[in-house]
Amino acid sequence: MTPEEAQQFTRRRRARNWAMLLALLGLVVLFFLITVARRSAAV
Amino acid sequence: MSGTVTTNGQGGGASLPAADFSEVADWFALLKPRVMSLVVFAGLVGLLMAPGHLHPVLAATAILCIALGAGGAGAINMWYDRDIDAVMRRTARRPVPAGRIEPGAALGFGIGLSVASVLILGLATNAFAAATLAASIAFYVFVYTMWLKRRTPQNIVIGGAAGAFPPIVGWASVTGDVSLEPLVLFAIIFMWTPPHFWALSLWAHADYERAGVPMLPVASGARATRLQVLLYTLALLPVSLAPWALGFSGPAYAAAATLLGLRFLWHAWQVWREPQDALGRSLGKDAAAKRTFRYSLLYLAALFAALPLDRLLSL
Repeated sequence: MTPEEAQQFTRRRRARNWAMLLALLGLVVLFFLITVARRSAAV
Repeated sequence: MSGTVTTNGQGGGASLPAADFSEVADWFALLKPRVMSLVVFAGLVGLLMAPGHLHPVLAATAILCIALGAGGAGAINMWYDRDIDAVMRRTARRPVPAGRIEPGAALGFGIGLSVASVLILGLATNAFAAATLAASIAFYVFVYTMWLKRRTPQNIVIGGAAGAFPPIVGWASVTGDVSLEPLVLFAIIFMWTPPHFWALSLWAHADYERAGVPMLPVASGARATRLQVLLYTLALLPVSLAPWALGFSGPAYAAAATLLGLRFLWHAWQVWREPQDALGRSLGKDAAAKRTFRYSLLYLAALFAALPLDRLLSL
């Protein structure tokens, strides 16, 4: 792997990690909001 | 998201290079975002038209799940159709046939999204809504993609049912059941799908022919396709007026549906009358078919927007 390819690989992996982080955080927030909404609907 | 076609290696270097989001864009492209936007809108209208109240967070979650389910089904479709996508000019640059994402990874992504969308919808709303979403995904993947698409020119007619499910899912998210109203919305999309896709296939027929997909222009010729576009558009007009005729929308919707439908019919007539050779192939670069395809997208969006707007006017 050339240095350019290695750097490209790193750039893509960083983007992938950011996307995974955002997706996981989004899921956490979503489940929290669903729980709150369902509890308030049940009251 | 570990299935990208890259060579493993070490990042190396003291400074961190900026992130390259082109790969993320490829994963997003697997979801067929343009198809998804119409699906989401149809689901939203089903949700808005349903009687009853759904907490805004749960309503937004339902729409998100419809989008994710459609995207998951789209990713599975791209995995399955990667061989024919590779030989069609229109689809050759998609991430899987272009080699930017491994097929197995696309399949895993699609299954993961599909399963997650159904589970989250069930958690947020009700089991029936989740079941209708699961049915729509299964119909698109197994009935349309794997069974009908490569076997019969009726692929779009029967397979169109998959794209007609979203209003039912949206409605069921609120009510937990299905009644006549969402079935009428289903019927509108079901009748709209053939002229929409056949207009596209008129100018993309060479692609379908090369890939061996028996779309109507390939199996029956362009002339027969032009006639079918006209006939289905004619049949769509009364179906689009059904919400008014059955009493769950008012005269404003009826006026909008009539005007939009007559315009669609005019486009379909232009497709039928377009200068063509003895086999019905266009002598003018399929300009009328392209205009009809573009208008059909506007038609469905405007028709479905007219339903909640009419409801607002009658309040």
